[in-house]
Amino acid sequence: MLKTFRLGGVHPAENKLSANKKIEQMELPSQVSIPLGQHIGAPATALVKKGDTVKVGTLIAQATGFVSANIHSSVSGTVAKIDNVPDASGNNRPSIIIDVQGDEWEETIDRSETIEKEIKLDSKQIIDKIKECGIVGLGGATFPTHVKLMPPPAFKAEVIVINGVECEPYLTSDHELMLEKAEQIMIGVQILMKAVNVNKAVIGIENNKKDAIELMSNVAASYEGITVQPLKVKYPQGGEKQLIDAVISRQVASGALPISTGAVVQNVGTAYAVYEAVQKNKPLFERVVTVTGKSVKNPINVLARVGTPMNMLIEKAGGLPEDTGKVISGGPMMGKAMPNTNSVVVKGCSGILVIKDLEARRKEMSDCIRCAKCLSACPMGLNPTYLMRVSELAMYDEAESNHIMDCIECGSCSFTCPSNRTLLDYIRLGKGKVGAIIRARAAANAPKK
Amino acid sequence: MNLILIALITLGVIGAIGAVILYFVAQKFYVYEDPRIEQVEQVLPQANCGGCGYPGCKGFADACVKADSLEGLFCPVGGAVVMGKVASILGKEVVESEPKVAVVRCNGTCAARPKTSSYDGAKSCAIASNTFAGETGCSFGCLGFGDCEVSCSFDAIHINEETGLPVVDEEKCTACGSCVKACPKFIIELRAKGKNNRRVFVSCVNKDKGAAAKKACSNACIGCGKCAKECPFDAITIENNLAYIDYNKCKLCRKCVDVCPTGAIHAINFPPRKPKPAETPSENTVVAGSEKKVSNESTAIKDAQSKVSSEQSAENSSN
Repeated sequence: MLKTFRLGGVHPAENKLSANKKIEQMELPSQVSIPLGQHIGAPATALVKKGDTVKVGTLIAQATGFVSANIHSSVSGTVAKIDNVPDASGNNRPSIIIDVQGDEWEETIDRSETIEKEIKLDSKQIIDKIKECGIVGLGGATFPTHVKLMPPPAFKAEVIVINGVECEPYLTSDHELMLEKAEQIMIGVQILMKAVNVNKAVIGIENNKKDAIELMSNVAASYEGITVQPLKVKYPQGGEKQLIDAVISRQVASGALPISTGAVVQNVGTAYAVYEAVQKNKPLFERVVTVTGKSVKNPINVLARVGTPMNMLIEKAGGLPEDTGKVISGGPMMGKAMPNTNSVVVKGCSGILVIKDLEARRKEMSDCIRCAKCLSACPMGLNPTYLMRVSELAMYDEAESNHIMDCIECGSCSFTCPSNRTLLDYIRLGKGKVGAIIRARAAANAPKK
Repeated sequence: MNLILIALITLGVIGAIGAVILYFVAQKFYVYEDPRIEQVEQVLPQANCGGCGYPGCKGFADACVKADSLEGLFCPVGGAVVMGKVASILGKEVVESEPKVAVVRCNGTCAARPKTSSYDGAKSCAIASNTFAGETGCSFGCLGFGDCEVSCSFDAIHINEETGLPVVDEEKCTACGSCVKACPKFIIELRAKGKNNRRVFVSCVNKDKGAAAKKACSNACIGCGKCAKECPFDAITIENNLAYIDYNKCKLCRKCVDVCPTGAIHAINFPPRKPKPAETPSENTVVAGSEKKVSNESTAIKDAQSKVSSEQSAENSSN
């Protein structure tokens, strides 16, 4: 019996069309636009101005505050302007636009293929290096990694949990990365272990990636303290709290931080980025993106620079099919449909998914039939139909006492609903309102200076 | 027989004891309530809309009775008439407050603002604005899913199917402000009703630079500043590429309406002006149904404008 998390979960059709497609290098665009806010927390502050020349890896924007991340240039060339550019949701966000000239890297970056095994830095130096290189969680949440490696003093890290689950249907970027860069990921995991002073790490991989489990287990055998844990295929196993439950059988209490269980969770992509930052001195400016969809001619995994327009990636995968209904940034469960394909690849962009017109349309919503399928599907043990109702009626205190803030927005409830109710849409709305109420209350109760 | 008697007597005694206890308890815990609160409550409209800022009409009546003067207390639904009655009950001075009305500051009609994408999620502006910028190129404008319509307790605001924008019924609007709170894009504003119900305002909230705003919507305010220069009363300020008319300073001269190159400044409830013979005879257009009047006198963008005007006239004739 394979391990998995206890509560709820669904199993959508996997559709891993781009599995076992080697990671291809994306061509350089003629111009990139690098948004200043690519992570959770405060947007970075631009350090360059119009006309400045930059190289690949030059720091172009500095973290603003503790929860924020540095941003580096992904190309070499001249800064054309700093302007508001619509992001994947269509809202204008400040971005640095760079005209590409050649491909000249900063001299400090080690571009050789050799695998550096020896870790020379100590814990503090590692965290500083990660912060300097602008590493954020590459699973999709883009939480700055250095913040996660510095837990509040009340908690002590006991184990590193590595997320190689990739539970979203269609996406294969992490899978392919594990197959091609297993050795580097292991060293990355060792660096993370050293950073938080633990001697144990578990890599959770879902059982639909048997080749990755085999390869990673073989490689892990020569690294002390690292084990691979095969997991039953179930969505949303890649959720931080679900993964902790599945891998080390500990549960995160409502409202508590995941670190309260002693686990620090990082994605395999993040582990690879940490390896590159610490051993090769390479900042985070490119990532593996899956371009896929049933109607896409040639589903691919590409290594693309941050700031590359998404339509270039779609072109490489055979172009946008005629019958396209939606283009989604991310996976089909948690990704967001984009109003246009001109937006760019950012640090958190794990995939571009093209959905056919007929499949893309939402079915008409009907009344709740009280079947309670959403309750059984919810991995957080919530009551989605009730939370939708109270959010719709603006009964926010009721929503709060029913733990609306615990919702991880995985969409299992909407996926499973036979009446096609817009459960998650309303819960997300309620969550936003309740969050604002909680923050306002905290501000009112805070001691006045 | 005996049984019935015993039952009657026992219950009777229990009842009598209960009555005595209740009498003394009621005496002991009697709460004095100012009878004027009820009187005031009775003259209020009983809409319980919360537009005054208090929880329902009872809460407002309570506040009126307790307050030293009626300053800052105003029932937007009942207006000056009701406040006069309240003042006479309480023997306090009436504080004059200018009547207001909700104004929709977006004129990005379907014709002026072409769709660039379509949304099929939950039909709610709040949810749509959480998800993305909007179905058109303008990320500031009306989303058109009618949260304002749902929020209105007076049936005073409705989405016009043709333009996709909400229209305020000035007769019914009580300026309670619930649509202002409901709109996630902050488009609706409460403005002074103005002399003879006449108002001049910038019907746009787009803060993008002129070129971007213009590209997204042909009716957008491009922040060119012509209106601010033209205004003899310093009522217009330009901030973040967007003009705003201060209704306290505006004297309704409509000079700004004439110079606006995109027709973003609307003048409402004015009698139609005679078309100026020499310049642009066909460009004064009355928008169907809503008595809005748009004048465009720029020659620079005449082509685009005349296209829009012709479409608006088409709407006119179809109505």
